[in-house]
Amino acid sequence: MDIEDIIKPENKVYAAPELLEEVNMHYCPGCSHGVIHKLVAEVISELGIVERTVGVSPVGCAVFAYNYIDCDWIEAAHGRAPAIATAANRLWPENVVFTYQGDGDMSAIGTAETIHAANRGENIVMIFVNNAIYGMTGGQMAPTTLIGQKTSTSPYGRRVDLNGHPLEITNLLKELDGTCYVTRQSVHTPANVRKTKAALKKAFMNAIAKKGTSVVEVVSTCNSGWKMTPEKANEWMAQHMFEKYPLGDLKNSES
Amino acid sequence: MAKIQGAVTVNKERCKGCNLCVVACPTETLSLQPYEVNDRGYHFAFMSNPEACIGCCSCALVCPDACIEVYRVKID
Repeated sequence: MDIEDIIKPENKVYAAPELLEEVNMHYCPGCSHGVIHKLVAEVISELGIVERTVGVSPVGCAVFAYNYIDCDWIEAAHGRAPAIATAANRLWPENVVFTYQGDGDMSAIGTAETIHAANRGENIVMIFVNNAIYGMTGGQMAPTTLIGQKTSTSPYGRRVDLNGHPLEITNLLKELDGTCYVTRQSVHTPANVRKTKAALKKAFMNAIAKKGTSVVEVVSTCNSGWKMTPEKANEWMAQHMFEKYPLGDLKNSES
Repeated sequence: MAKIQGAVTVNKERCKGCNLCVVACPTETLSLQPYEVNDRGYHFAFMSNPEACIGCCSCALVCPDACIEVYRVKID
């Protein structure tokens, strides 16, 4: 069969989600943010909540997320996305509110907001993109940077005596009574992309059902910050990151 | 037994040539253009071995820029 006969609208099995804008994303080639944006857009349109979804974008690489996903957005000050999301959700309780934060935003400058919003059990979804580095500002060490990992501010590798231990904020959030669903996923293989989509869908359904705070951590790559090609970065993540940040559901209060 | 044949289209202006789809493809259908580049200077992906495609969507799932569309037909 000719390729032209296969490429017809009735044979289409996968296309970019409608909610994703046509503009070119500013992310580096191979950045995990693009995949996560795509999944968020798919989940929002599949649940039919486009008209009542409000996203809160962070400061970090994902600061322009409002240019890429066609729902309502609020841009928060650095780290304050959970506080803004609390306000948006309390003022319009019928809305579905989610935050999209990186590790610098969620586990460094915004730790207090994150922990208190989760502890209050706000009915929001927190999407936490953990790439163990400050990607936007040039690859500096983040609280989530692994021991021994080289960054531009730890050129000989992170040391415990000097820089402390990596902060596993998702494990902290798991212990709080306000959270109903805490999971850690990744998007480096097709199977993991499918699992992450299922996790995001569950988190958004929890927010619709007002069950409490859902946290979806996505362990991702920063190939520019790590100074690797995208495929090498995926391999490096699978080898090193999953040891400290193992994938799977950390808390699922239904089961 | 019915045979599955697939095909993909790549939005070549949106593609950034990250190579993730080439790695994810189980049938080695895709490659990056060796010489040609798009308007932004990236070696975009294309079907170098179109007969091998089974329409499994692996490339489209891992594509960070959502530039791959997948088509699939059953041939009796």
